[in-house]
Amino acid sequence: MQGEFIIKQISVFSENKPGRLAAIAEALEKSNVNIFAFSIAEANSFGVVRALVDKPDDARSVLEKLGFAVQFTDVIAVRMKDEPGGLHEVAQILGDAGINIEYAYAYSGREAAVLILRVSQAGEAILKIQAAGGSLLRESDLG
Amino acid sequence: MFWNKEMETLRGRDLEELQLKRLKWTISQAEKVPFFKDKLRAEGLSADDIRNLDDIRKLPFTYKTDLREGYPFGFFAVPKRDIVRIHTTSGTTGKPTVVGYTRHDLAAWADLIARNLTMVGLTPEDTFQNAVNYGLFTGGLGFHYGAELMGMMVIPSATGNTKRQIEMINDFKVTSIHCTPGYALHITEVVEQMGTSLPSLRIGVFGAEAWSETMRQELESRLSINAYDSYGMSEMFGPGVAFECPEQNGLHIWEDCFLSEIIDPKTGETLGPGEKGELVITSLSKEAMPLLRYRTGDITMILEDDCPCGRGRRIARIMGRSDDMLVIRGINVFPSQIEHVLLGIPEVGDQYMVYVDRKNHLDEMTIDVEMNRQAFSGELDGLVGLQVMISRKLHDALSLRTTVRLVEPGSLPRFEGKAKRVIDRRGDL
Repeated sequence: MQGEFIIKQISVFSENKPGRLAAIAEALEKSNVNIFAFSIAEANSFGVVRALVDKPDDARSVLEKLGFAVQFTDVIAVRMKDEPGGLHEVAQILGDAGINIEYAYAYSGREAAVLILRVSQAGEAILKIQAAGGSLLRESDLG
Repeated sequence: MFWNKEMETLRGRDLEELQLKRLKWTISQAEKVPFFKDKLRAEGLSADDIRNLDDIRKLPFTYKTDLREGYPFGFFAVPKRDIVRIHTTSGTTGKPTVVGYTRHDLAAWADLIARNLTMVGLTPEDTFQNAVNYGLFTGGLGFHYGAELMGMMVIPSATGNTKRQIEMINDFKVTSIHCTPGYALHITEVVEQMGTSLPSLRIGVFGAEAWSETMRQELESRLSINAYDSYGMSEMFGPGVAFECPEQNGLHIWEDCFLSEIIDPKTGETLGPGEKGELVITSLSKEAMPLLRYRTGDITMILEDDCPCGRGRRIARIMGRSDDMLVIRGINVFPSQIEHVLLGIPEVGDQYMVYVDRKNHLDEMTIDVEMNRQAFSGELDGLVGLQVMISRKLHDALSLRTTVRLVEPGSLPRFEGKAKRVIDRRGDL
């Protein structure tokens, strides 16, 4: 039941130097993969490029063919109102539910803004968010 | 000024006779070490086959890797009860090389240091600050006892806390300092930043890493001192094997204690004065650890003319290495040690690149290592933890802080034939 709300994020190890993001983006373009959201987390000389895409398996295989180290990471996505206070409302729900966020990023989707969360216990977090009145997205709801 | 004028100026037949006598003694001493005993027996050689100094060419070479095989005490020619101290130096992989000293060896070593310090014009009136590592590194205790023997007031300041070092130089009216050239330059900068000066200081003795003439000029003018080059290696006691005199034109190698040859590192053929090659040393007075035709790996040449100071053979300042050994902040590092550490870490591949830079006059080593595709968890934390773990393991193996950078799998150059994994970007200064 909670499983349908777990979304596959693609995480790519990348050196922190000019041209790496372009290489990743070019590969995705060539295999006709659409990126819904992405973020970069960096430590001093390297980072992890994280993305939600429409075809995660295709994205992974094309990037691995190019030599990148790629992993899928489970994340969850919460709907937000795309207006002032939207983030506050969702953040309040998470706080009330006692959910600790490892990292998060957001995008403005067609129907609503979306907050993407990496949490340690995704299944438990889904239940708590639902109980606190939050609305979660399925992989098919992205975009 | 001489400390041991007889030995320092011994020349011609007298010198050759002494060297031959001591060479024969060294061979018989070496025969007490199974490694040498077997090697000499295999060649059918004994001390009796050495009739003149040129006969040394009959003897096989000894390599640093041989010493490593003998870890820990395999090269000692005397019973353990006669060893009064050991030092260690980094080996080519994993284990260090252990060097041992008898009481007589320590006295002989101190005598050489006293010769060197007297040669550059120091006397018992001087105050000597020994700003090098005092542990297993030979530079600390080696210089310490030699300077004490000479009668100088010795300050065993060791390394670190540069402001305190500067304060001591001024408060104790230090006239002479021993440290690595890199650290001397660092002290110079801190002195300038503090807006102070070191008026009492007149002589600097610098060694344990290669330094250029440009660096000498810099140190001499900014500190108003005379700067002298010190050369040695743990396998031959430590520092003090060869040293500059006030002429600052080559280093006198102490011929009563060390028989030196220059060879072509590829063919092993002996080269003449003025020809550049690898320095090979046979110890002539070492009791605990006699070494025959030891391949130092250092590239230099024997200088042809006599030195006006009246002492004997000089070698040129070290021009490089015949192997891939690096000297980083005075510590010997072999790329194979790095490889050894990386091979033990499954999360990374065994491809690597080493970059050596000089930042604020201190050597910095950066190691690029490829992330293993299977070991990537997708999380940044895991990568940072891995980076810290690799740095710690390298520190354990090398006794050096390094910067580790994780790079993408397959991104480092692959080499066909001889790999060039080390890029030394240290310039003149």
